[in-house]
Formats: sequence, structure tokens, C-alpha cells
Amino acid sequence: MKFTIQDPCQIVRKGFGDEIADDLRFVIKSVVGEENVIEMTPNKSNNYCCGGGGGFLQSGFTEERRAYGKKKFDQIIETGADYCITGCHNCHAQVHDIGHHFGGTYQTVHIWTLICLSLGILGPNERTYLGDDLKDVDVFHPESSLY
Amino acid sequence: MAESSIKIKGKKESFFMDKVKEILPEGGNLNLCLTCGACASGCPATGLADMDPRKFLRMCAMGMDEEVTTTPWVWMCTMCQRCIYVCPMKIDIPQLVFNARGTWPRDQRPKGIRDSCDMALRNPSNSAMGTAPDDFVFVVEDVLAEYQEAQPEFADMVAPIDKEGAHFFLNQNSREPVTEPDEMVPLWKILHLAGVDWTYGSKGWAAENYCLFLADNQCWEHVTRVSAKQADDLGCKVFLNTE
Repeated sequence: MKFTIQDPCQIVRKGFGDEIADDLRFVIKSVVGEENVIEMTPNKSNNYCCGGGGGFLQSGFTEERRAYGKKKFDQIIETGADYCITGCHNCHAQVHDIGHHFGGTYQTVHIWTLICLSLGILGPNERTYLGDDLKDVDVFHPESSLY
Repeated sequence: MAESSIKIKGKKESFFMDKVKEILPEGGNLNLCLTCGACASGCPATGLADMDPRKFLRMCAMGMDEEVTTTPWVWMCTMCQRCIYVCPMKIDIPQLVFNARGTWPRDQRPKGIRDSCDMALRNPSNSAMGTAPDDFVFVVEDVLAEYQEAQPEFADMVAPIDKEGAHFFLNQNSREPVTEPDEMVPLWKILHLAGVDWTYGSKGWAAENYCLFLADNQCWEHVTRVSAKQADDLGCKVFLNTE
């Protein structure tokens, strides 16, 4: 199972630079294993924006927003990853939407989900964005499932 | 600051670009374009609305004010700043875009962005979904109690609201409390296990700021000040923005 990383423009390029992108990778590699991370290129401070920022998601220009996101979709598909980890709320919404729209089979997941999964403390109702491959793995208090 | 290499006689004195230059440090380097195209070649918005960052900047420099202040492309550029990152002259094209947004009459700016901004102004939550402070407090307390019971290992977990003197003031995108409250919990667990001293605010808790994207300076300052004041009033040391 492979994972790729969408660097958030706001936190990385516009905020703390490659240093925080490396921090993000330290956490992700600790959680999923270094050998399971496949990078997009370019990345970190030089990444392509996914198209979820700047108000684009609410602008009404849906067709244009998806055309913008096609570059990101192609990058994700190129990695062959099963999961794209997003560190930003807007990225999560956009990467999820373009995956669905362009027929990708990857899942879009928040980093907090994977951290808790790796610690064995992810309950059955906290798995909305996990695929079938991880949905039933090491469920914390499965008896509390609402589904 | 270098002089503009392009002077067009017969045009009006005050170009849109000149006004933007006045408010940017170093004039945003807006006169330093080498026309290399590094910005446009790596911009996902290139080609949308028949525009790209290099073309937009050149049109501004040429004084084509009407075209640059009416093209819908300014709403398709996310102002991600990759163009600045790759530019050998570090030209601030995103600020041109932001200020071009600001020249649009407010009622003609994209309705979805405007409505999200107006929602945030309805109450002190700052939520683009209009969620009131009481509703946020109710959801957080309700979800927390549910998890403390269902997962006894987390019986001592907290999700404080308005905790005086907390180190971190954490904000929260509205989507979780409103549409998928269980998604708030993994972050609470991580903060709990790490022993982090944090709090939400009953005011200014919402992380999104669509007034900023609307280029409505007065409103986005208002929204930002509501959040900052709440963090200050509680005596928090660090403002953690999750957006």
C-alpha cells in the first residue's frame, strides 16, 4: 500500500518552507513506513497548488477548478499511490473532488486519521476517508460502530 | 526600484498596476519582469479564461486596466505564490490578482465566496456556514461526552472551549462540527496523548476566511480581529490556524 503527500501551499511555500515539509514527511514516514511513501515531483515549496485555495471551491467556476486540478490529479495517478495525504482542509476537499471527477481510485485522507490508525486508537466512526483496504484494520472499540 | 521600461503615451497617468505598486513593499518588484515565462509554464491556472500569470502581468504593465480588472481569471488563480517562488525577480503577481479582485463591485464578485463571507459576519463564530457559537459549543461537548463513554481509554480526554491561559488557541474548519463531527476526534486524541494545553474559542473558532478570498479588506480584517481578540482575551500564547 503506497502513500503520496500533497504539500499545503499555505503552510509550506507561503509559511514555513521546506523545513515544515520535512517535518510532515518525518511524521508520515513514521506512520506508514518510509518505503511506502512515493513523492510527487515537484513537491515541498515548489509543489503545484491543487486548486482548492483562494476561494476557488466556492467561486462557482467548477469546470475551471477541475481543469486546474487535472495537473494535480495526473501527478497523483503518476505515483500509483493508494492514498493522497492532505495537510490542509481545502486541499482535502479539492483532491477528493478531482479524484472522484476524473475517475481516480485513490483515497484522500487527513493526516490525523493515519496517526490515530497507526497508534491503534482509531474508532469505527472515524474512518470516513479510509478505503476498503484499511476500513476494518485494527478498529478501536468496534462495538461502538454506528454503521 | 527600477523605472518601468514600458511607457505608453496617450494613456491615463494612473495605471492599476501603479496603484498596487504603491501599497507593496519594494513595489512588489512589478517593474522587474524579464518576460521569461517561468511563472506561466508552471502555473496550473495557465490557459484558463485565455489568461496566464505572465500575460496578466504584461497586460497590467501595458496599462490595459479595463481588461485586467474585468477578467474572471482573477477568481481562478488561487494566489498560491508558486509564480513568485520560481520567478528570478520575485515579482508579486498574486498581489496584483488580489487587488484586481478588489476592483470588482462587491455585488458582482462570485456569489459563493460573497455569501460565505456574509455568513461569517452574521455572528461571532466567523463560520462560513453561519453556525452560531452556541451550536458549536453544543456539538463539541456532545461529541466529547459520547467518545469519553464509548472509548474509556479516553475518559479524561478534553476539548476545552474558552479555557483561560491555554497555551494554544486552536481553530476549526466549520465542516467538521457541522457535517462530520466524528472527524474532530482524531485530532483531540493526538493532542490529549501529547499532553498539549489547548483550547477552542466560543468566538472566532471557525478557521475559514472567505472575506479574505473576496478581497473585502474591511470584512476580512473584522473576521481576523474577532479570532485574534478571543485568543488574546483568553491569554493564549500561540494561535494555531488549521487552514
